[in-house]
Amino acid sequence: MSNRLAFLRRLTASGAVAASLLASAAMVAAAAAPAMAQEQIQKGGTLSVIVQPEPPILVLGLNQQGPTQTVAGKIYEGLLRYDHDLSPMPGLAESWEVSPDGLTYTFKLRQDAKWHDGTPFTAKDVVFSTTEFLPEVHPRARANFSHVESVEAPDDHTVVFKLKQPFPAFLKAFEVSSAPMMPAHIYEDTDYKQNPKNATPIGTGPFKFDEWVKGSHIHLVKNEDYYLDGKPYLDDIYFRVIPDAASRALALETGEVDVSQYNDVEPFDVPRLEALPHLSMTTKGYEFVAPLSWIEINTREAPLDDKRFRQALAHALDREFIRDRIWFGLGRVATGPVNSVTPFHEPDVPQYEYDPQKAEALLDEMGLEPYADGVRAEITLTPMPYGETWARLAEYIKQAWGKIGVEVTLESTDVAGWVQKVSNWDYETTNDFVYQYGDPSLGVARTYISDNIRKGVMFSNTMGYSNPRVDELFAAAAVENDPAKREEQLSEAQKILVEDMPVIWLLEMEFPTFVNNRVHNAVSTAIGTSENFADVWVEKKK
Amino acid sequence: MAGIASFLGRRLIKSVFILLAIVVINFLLVRAAPGDPAMVMAGEAGAADEQYVEQLREQFGLDRPLHEQLGIYVAGVATGDLGHSYRQQRPVWDLILDRLPPTLILTGCAFVLALTAGILLGTLAAMNVGRWSDSAITVLALLSYATPIYWVGLMLILLFSVQLGWLPSFGYESIGAGYAGWDRAVDVAEHLVLPAVTLGLFYMAVYARLTRASILEVRDMDFVKTARAKGLSETRIVFKHVLRNAILPVITFAGIQAGHLIGGSILIETVFAWPGIGRLAFDAVLQRDYQVLLGIFFVTSVMVIVFNILTDLLYSVVDPRIEVA
Repeated sequence: MSNRLAFLRRLTASGAVAASLLASAAMVAAAAAPAMAQEQIQKGGTLSVIVQPEPPILVLGLNQQGPTQTVAGKIYEGLLRYDHDLSPMPGLAESWEVSPDGLTYTFKLRQDAKWHDGTPFTAKDVVFSTTEFLPEVHPRARANFSHVESVEAPDDHTVVFKLKQPFPAFLKAFEVSSAPMMPAHIYEDTDYKQNPKNATPIGTGPFKFDEWVKGSHIHLVKNEDYYLDGKPYLDDIYFRVIPDAASRALALETGEVDVSQYNDVEPFDVPRLEALPHLSMTTKGYEFVAPLSWIEINTREAPLDDKRFRQALAHALDREFIRDRIWFGLGRVATGPVNSVTPFHEPDVPQYEYDPQKAEALLDEMGLEPYADGVRAEITLTPMPYGETWARLAEYIKQAWGKIGVEVTLESTDVAGWVQKVSNWDYETTNDFVYQYGDPSLGVARTYISDNIRKGVMFSNTMGYSNPRVDELFAAAAVENDPAKREEQLSEAQKILVEDMPVIWLLEMEFPTFVNNRVHNAVSTAIGTSENFADVWVEKKK
Repeated sequence: MAGIASFLGRRLIKSVFILLAIVVINFLLVRAAPGDPAMVMAGEAGAADEQYVEQLREQFGLDRPLHEQLGIYVAGVATGDLGHSYRQQRPVWDLILDRLPPTLILTGCAFVLALTAGILLGTLAAMNVGRWSDSAITVLALLSYATPIYWVGLMLILLFSVQLGWLPSFGYESIGAGYAGWDRAVDVAEHLVLPAVTLGLFYMAVYARLTRASILEVRDMDFVKTARAKGLSETRIVFKHVLRNAILPVITFAGIQAGHLIGGSILIETVFAWPGIGRLAFDAVLQRDYQVLLGIFFVTSVMVIVFNILTDLLYSVVDPRIEVA
């Protein structure tokens, strides 16, 4: 345990140093050489990737669901990309500069990037995307770019963002799904959602849209005019829609598909597929989203409004068991609201080890005496309807809480019903996982600050948790330009949250990405398989 | 002939009212489910705010009062317009027509397979009642009927795709292979074998049992004894006399199944990633894509009504004692 803590501290420290270096560095050169492949790169070939569920639309500016990102991440690009440590790398911007006061961000754009229809990509597209298109239709971009005072394009290949006040997380706002660059010449002065060109998305990425056979597959082909010499290596990519988890595992097994991601493979199939000689598994490539699973608690309802009760629930859960038996070893036991791969993670917080006796003592202290049948309290759990594994988790929670006298009634529903219930606060507890987007100010604060208690909005502060000190700390940290001070503020906020327990953090989730061994460089950045795949190449099938 | 015309006329007029009722009831039923498509999309996006959900509702026309939406929908259906998919932003007709060929190929083949194999096996069993071949067929039918269909599908994939490597494990055709004409037909047929057999097995079991039971009832009747006394060959007796009289329950059941052919099979389409209408409907339920779901309900209702009428007509052909009325 102490080893792990030390490691986590090192990770945090190096993250903070990297961030401060970045902020002060003038003009970061477009170096970031890709890891040298051992073998000779082979050009050509076709890649087959699972996409599940089928995305509703491929225009990334309009829809950012996971499957949309997987496919559209090859068509569209952002200004920046991020390596596994979340340090920015060149994308459509070849270099960038942050002023020492943290108020001015200057991006130098590539001169040779073109849209798939041949129109050059210029600063005008960036201004259009970040001031018109995205703020209109993209909830996360709307929040991120609300910090911007003005966006100017002094010339065709320079864009200058002036912020209202420092917002250090801003450098993480240019990832492709957070701020995909959209073509101004197609969307300007149109109704973005009804634009007829939405059926044939036009981006700057290494792959172009070719065909979408609904219910079967999406076909992307090589962009011959891509600005990086000789790339992409692949001729084309097929995204196959395979709705059944068992069939997806079999398709990987037979080699009919080469790549899976996120929840494509159920955890119980992971050990079996890992053992196959032609497949490799990695859990890297999810650092940007950094998913954290938790049990969300409606803190408006008694007895859930008492933090001792919430702490008791936490002590009653064996999270090692959850990780090892339900997720088959995937993930790390979470200690608090910030994932350890996200910057500013604070490991030194109160621990909630598995200890049913301690849990019962807390309940005793509250005066919740067991009735004759041993029941102290009754609550409901509305499990997230995202597949088998989550259902198993709900069953385990029911058992574990039952042991300390908290009787759980499971309320099953489908996705629409679940979102309806949780977002309208019509629940007591639910399990869920939420993304962090590379910085606590982007993906963590939103679920704990009082400002974000908004009925009907999913992934807001649906717990109804409110602590003025936490509000203050998150607000200050968002605009703090000094990384050291920022770390202090965020650490204090994390300590208070872990003490208050508005949610019970379960696991820093790891998703298994399976890649056929003939495929190279499938996972090379913090967004894993949502990356543009310009560097991916395949060995010829023998 | 006049009888048939007036029969058809009366049935068709009735059908219009039935359809109207179906459309209205379906419309209200799907709305009774909690949540709406905007909520689902917000839930899947991983981030949302009020504006996002409101924009979607406005775009989908869900911000209007329910009775207004119903009026718009019924008026649309009356003019042959089934509306737009919220999620896929395409006309519902296009979506259904896209999915129709794979669906019909799958369910049609399974139907023909089930019907022929079922009647043959049923007849064979009845002819050899009490002998080992009867027992074997009965056990096979029972197993096919009682085993969960998705499990059979997965086991067939394991055997024929993973172990033996004879057949593809999923999909409608080899994408990217660029087959055309005859090659493409062969390719689709290869993909079709496992799902069609899996789906066919279940119905085959039903037909086999129905046929067997029905023949056992008919074969000792007086007219069969007469035929036998006339010295007719056993084959002729079975096919000309027994089967024709025993087939009515099978036709009834086949009529019901035929009405559902267009609805596809959710389980089979899911296991074999077959791009059919069953999956379209299932996804539409989960995504609350109301218009798509209602469109599929509408088309399948029409088919059920059509096949009911056809079944009634077929009765009179097979058994002239039954008159259309």
